[in-house]
Amino acid sequence: MKRHFKLIRLFWSTAIAAAMEYRLNFWFAAISSLGGLAGSLFGLSLFYRGDYQFAGWSWEESLLLVGIFTLLEGIATTFLAGSLGKLFKHIEQGTLDFILLKPISSQFWLSTHSVSIWGIPNIFFGLSVILYAGSKLGLGPIDYLAGLPPIASAVMILYSLWFVMSATSIWFTKIYNLTEVLKGLLEAGRFPMAAYPAAYQFFFTFVVPIGFITTVPAEAILGRISPATATTSLLTAGVLFFLSNRFWKFALRFYTSASS
Amino acid sequence: MLSLRRIYRISTTLLTTYYAYMLEYRAELVLWALSGSLPFILMGVWQKAAASGSFGLTAIDFTRYFLASFLIRQLTVVWVIWDFEREINEGKLSFRLLQPLDPGWHHVGTHVSERFARIPFVALLIAFFFVLYPSSFWVPNFVSVLLFLLAAGCAFALQFLIQYTLAMFAFWTEKATALQDMWFIVHLFLSGAIAPVSVFPKGVQAVLTYLPFPYIINFPASILVGLPVNLAQGFSVILFWLVVFLGLNRYLWRKGIKQFSGMGA
Repeated sequence: MKRHFKLIRLFWSTAIAAAMEYRLNFWFAAISSLGGLAGSLFGLSLFYRGDYQFAGWSWEESLLLVGIFTLLEGIATTFLAGSLGKLFKHIEQGTLDFILLKPISSQFWLSTHSVSIWGIPNIFFGLSVILYAGSKLGLGPIDYLAGLPPIASAVMILYSLWFVMSATSIWFTKIYNLTEVLKGLLEAGRFPMAAYPAAYQFFFTFVVPIGFITTVPAEAILGRISPATATTSLLTAGVLFFLSNRFWKFALRFYTSASS
Repeated sequence: MLSLRRIYRISTTLLTTYYAYMLEYRAELVLWALSGSLPFILMGVWQKAAASGSFGLTAIDFTRYFLASFLIRQLTVVWVIWDFEREINEGKLSFRLLQPLDPGWHHVGTHVSERFARIPFVALLIAFFFVLYPSSFWVPNFVSVLLFLLAAGCAFALQFLIQYTLAMFAFWTEKATALQDMWFIVHLFLSGAIAPVSVFPKGVQAVLTYLPFPYIINFPASILVGLPVNLAQGFSVILFWLVVFLGLNRYLWRKGIKQFSGMGA
């Protein structure tokens, strides 16, 4: 375990040093994030202009959910997109060989070897919106603490889905944009599940568990999550993480290397 | 001067070559089409909202609007800035410059032919949608279809010209795509991709009338669905922006090419 943490520190300090070369881009990313947040708030406000509201979600409560969505977007950009986005390249160019030879789990190496600082503005803006909405709703530290386990599960679910999608490039090589399909679907996390018709809710719970990614953490912070839901979210995360690992081992059996 | 016959020969060569090239990437095209699921997600939220709130449009209107917006987004997908940036950064533009043809036409060729490779799949998806959701089926009248095709063509041209103009900044900066990322966010929220412009606040609508954004999605989609639009005004504003961006594009191209060093070639 200690070895893993030491490696992560090395990987990330290198990645950050490399990214620092493009400081101007960081500010571009920050402006884009701010614009994206303004846009999400504008999009949400369209629903709340009249007397309509998502069933059981006041404006501030929906705002909290947008904050969680933005925060997770930032986490995904920082920790997932940077590393997993390179997976297909390793397969296409056959450099996965070298990774498999390293005396450490290849899934660990592939998932942590890079970090991208472009997601940091989103993490910052996400937290700000959460705190702003929380202060309007009179939330205290205990409420936020209650949100931590579901948010950890959400990150785990996101990671597992993303990793499995990226791992399919063992078969399809070129199809790195399978993760684009996933990213498209994840946009659904901008709205609470209550905003969707029944068929959508079914799909976003059982097929692509987006409900567990934003709605469940928001409800946990708002203190209206049932113990059953909380447990299910942890279980889903655990099972998906386990499956992602199994899937990777299965996929590797089909890896034939390239040009080496 | 280019003779008509030469134009015909060049354009058919470009289109057939790039069409064959695109067919090689069918699976990728299918995934790109599927990644445009946003209209279907928003469709669900707005359907439910329209059922109990008052937004001036019915649930069926929203369903059709977002289906039309899915179609128009598929027809106007543009990625020229990523290709152009790579050509500049890797110095590949040099080879294109040797040809007696403006390099821009290659990009027009790839984009137009990709449309044809993508359309069959998009048509299948739309047919499947109507099977799932028969009550949303509608047949637009012949004139609307013609106007839609015209508006869609204009929307594509506008989207392409805007992005190709932003691409020109690759002559001066290594990361012109960062500009595109920023542009895309504004486009996403103001074009009518997240909701028909008619549900926007009146003040925002008034400003948007003169900007290029709503003419890329909201305008063509509304024509197809049969929502009220001001045709004369719409097409004039599009024409205005087409001319502006064409002028800007050619100006930046001439400025940029002068100091292009063909690095890496």
